Amino acid sequence: MNYLARRLLTFPLILLGVSLLVFFSIRMIPGDAITAMLGTEAGLLTPVQRQALAAYFGIDQPVVVQYGRWLAGLLQGDLGISVTYGKPVLTVILERFPLTLELALLAMVIALGIGVPAGVLAATNNERSTDVVVRILAMLGQSTPGFVVGLVIIYVLSVYFGFVPAMGSFTPLWADPLANLGQLIFPAVTLGFAFAASVTRISRSAMLDVLSDDYIRTARAKGVSGSSVVWHHALPNALIPVVTLSGVEFGYLLGGAVIVEQIFALPGLGRLTLDAIGQRDYALVQGCVLFIALNFLIVNLLVDLAYAALDPRIRLSAR
Amino acid sequence: MNPLLSVRDLTVAFGKDASQPVVKGVSFDLKPGETLAIVGESGSGKSVTALSINRLVDFGGGRIVGGSMGLTRPDGAVLELSQAEEKTLVGIRGREIGMIFQEPMTSLNPVHTVGAQIEEAFRLHRGLEGQAARQAAREALDRVRIADAGQRLRYYPHQLSGGMRQRVMIAMALAGNPRLLIADEPTTALDVTVQAQIMALLAELKAEMGMAMIFITHDIGLVAGIADDVLVMQNGVAVEQGRLDAVLDAPQHDYTRHLLNAVPHFDGGRAARDDGTRTEGRAKPMVAVRDLMVRFPVGRGLFSRNPGAVHAVEGVDFDLVQGETLAIVGESGSGKSTTARAILGLVEATRGTIDAASGHGDRPIQMVFQDPFASLNPRLDVENLLAEPAIAAGRRVDAALRERMTFLLEKVGLPTDCLARYPHQFSGGQRQRLCIARALMLNPDVVVLDEAVSALDVSVQARVLDLLIDLQREFGLAYLFISHDMAVVERIAHRVAVMYAGQIVEIGDAGAVLSRPQHSYTRRLIAAVPGMDRRRQRYDVDTTPVPSLVRPRGYEPPRADWVDAGPGHRVRVE
Repeated sequence: MNYLARRLLTFPLILLGVSLLVFFSIRMIPGDAITAMLGTEAGLLTPVQRQALAAYFGIDQPVVVQYGRWLAGLLQGDLGISVTYGKPVLTVILERFPLTLELALLAMVIALGIGVPAGVLAATNNERSTDVVVRILAMLGQSTPGFVVGLVIIYVLSVYFGFVPAMGSFTPLWADPLANLGQLIFPAVTLGFAFAASVTRISRSAMLDVLSDDYIRTARAKGVSGSSVVWHHALPNALIPVVTLSGVEFGYLLGGAVIVEQIFALPGLGRLTLDAIGQRDYALVQGCVLFIALNFLIVNLLVDLAYAALDPRIRLSAR
Repeated sequence: MNPLLSVRDLTVAFGKDASQPVVKGVSFDLKPGETLAIVGESGSGKSVTALSINRLVDFGGGRIVGGSMGLTRPDGAVLELSQAEEKTLVGIRGREIGMIFQEPMTSLNPVHTVGAQIEEAFRLHRGLEGQAARQAAREALDRVRIADAGQRLRYYPHQLSGGMRQRVMIAMALAGNPRLLIADEPTTALDVTVQAQIMALLAELKAEMGMAMIFITHDIGLVAGIADDVLVMQNGVAVEQGRLDAVLDAPQHDYTRHLLNAVPHFDGGRAARDDGTRTEGRAKPMVAVRDLMVRFPVGRGLFSRNPGAVHAVEGVDFDLVQGETLAIVGESGSGKSTTARAILGLVEATRGTIDAASGHGDRPIQMVFQDPFASLNPRLDVENLLAEPAIAAGRRVDAALRERMTFLLEKVGLPTDCLARYPHQFSGGQRQRLCIARALMLNPDVVVLDEAVSALDVSVQARVLDLLIDLQREFGLAYLFISHDMAVVERIAHRVAVMYAGQIVEIGDAGAVLSRPQHSYTRRLIAAVPGMDRRRQRYDVDTTPVPSLVRPRGYEPPRADWVDAGPGHRVRVE
């Protein structure tokens, strides 16, 4: 059986474990959906009304029975109904996901586009002033919290350029690409900033390692010019740790970026999940967590496939 | 004739401090088509000298702080390499000065096919592109005797053996038709028969292309085969240089004499030990190995069936008696280390018996490993390192144990007040002495020495071998000495077992096996060993591949037949 199929077979098992964990842990938080939904007015409900509502949402049953029902629904592609939105959970998630995916992709493009060249530049100028400047910037980028960068960007944009990104309602890419990019580019820069800093640091150290390898000396002895040594001989060997880091970071970004979504008022997956927890919207929390877990599994699989594409030793031994 | 390369007072330093140069005023001339051998031990500055010529030393943090290196270009102009710009040097490297390195395992780029790497050289130096470059790469592989060249071009380096990779390196270095080839210990990491192949290949190609060569080595025996001139280096200084015969036959400097005399050189069995007291059949063996078989399953996984096994050791028999050294010689993959590991129980024997006589200690067999840098825990001081075997055997660290530590430290020639020191404070030779002391802590009867001197410098090797012989006599130790180095084996072994492809093919007294080898593999092995008396010898390029040890499931080897070639000297029938 091939590698891909074997990996895919493990997915349902992992997702089952995740679902168990989230299903029972969310129910350990005090409070219930009806109180959260109606606020103080929940006190006005008669016990009969409350019972009817609970039965409507299916939360009157013992937890194990609820889990069984939910699992049965899941197998049919039904994640349940969101109490907050009154819509199927899957629909709610898929409404939010394009934004999150696009934001994560943009952030990654920015991070790799800045981080890899910066890391290579620093490594090839090891211990010289360029290297020192890049290292200081990277350190700064890694240690500055995302919301600070976000707030500074908003401040500069609105105060000095009078530009106010459209907030609140999100324009999908296919509706109006320009408006969409106008909305997303600054949050993406905010996210990509810290991400780029860690990519820079890891590319730099991986490149430094590779540049001292024997085959780099061989390439130089062969008469390969400096830039070709760096880009053609060294970089492909240095990319593995960069891919590892990017995979993990990208996985997190697909889970939504709560703070940046909050600052730029973007309706992403992060805020959706956070709100769902606040609202005790059990079905939605479960759906979101499961969805995020699935994203992680897919990203990890892609990372492993990328290893194989980059390194023939991995590719040819994974038989 | 004008020299191709004229080096005067070359001085190279590392880092900012120019007051502590690594190469101190080396001068030599190299005529076109001639070979200069630079001989020295690690730290002598021989590799730095070589890397200075094509200025690769710049990339390792080195700087040429003095002297000159004039390279005569094809048009007769002289280029001063020590002052040349990097831009000029890129055009020189590969095209006029080719280079091959010591470690074929790490010297090729793992993510590009060997074809792509050879083609790149043709693209850079001959301007060939696409199909023409591929064709040239194929011919280059043919020229270094790689069979199925067309197929092999698509291989990645990790799919090739060490000898093949080194031939790929040579093909790559020769792509630019350089007039000077620098070979930095090109055969040190290779087996002796593969070494002979590579040496033969280099000699042949050198003659064919009329190229000059600088050959860096620690093995003065190897020099005898190929060099015209010899330069001996010690601590960054050229202590002696001259024509080959003059240096080898009438060495002037003490260090050259030391290298020639104190260092083990293979002497065709004439230098074998004669202090053995073996009386066939009477002495009770300390270790008796019968029909030992070790197999490693391949391709076994959760979802795949077991298709076969690597038959690493196949039907090995031998006895090891008190006070005797049995050397197991063979090349990488022959199963000699696996045999040693099986005796210690580090790998499980698939079949066969290993009987160890109960000796005077509770752990009668101990082991010394190859790499003294990797086999001592850097976080433990000497006292704790030496206490380890006792602790593992359930003993307490008490005054008696400490007394044994100082006793053994003295025996192995280390200062007895070094108990509080850490491994990094010792040299390689001292560390190996420490490993030997550690192996002797529990008063064993048998010590398994797995390539125990291979990682040491040649002159250190000689001293550690002497120490081992002294300890053997004093404590009546039996040694199982695993080695690929015939010169070392000749010095220490009473008996020799030759392993090939997992099996012993010949076993007998060291003198007999080394001087009158009977099995065709033993003959091939011994013929490949370089020696002082083999001046400018022409080796034939022999590319016999080692048979695969991966066998299908259920495979049983045919029964071995043996013939006697003398007292205690048995040879497997081929």
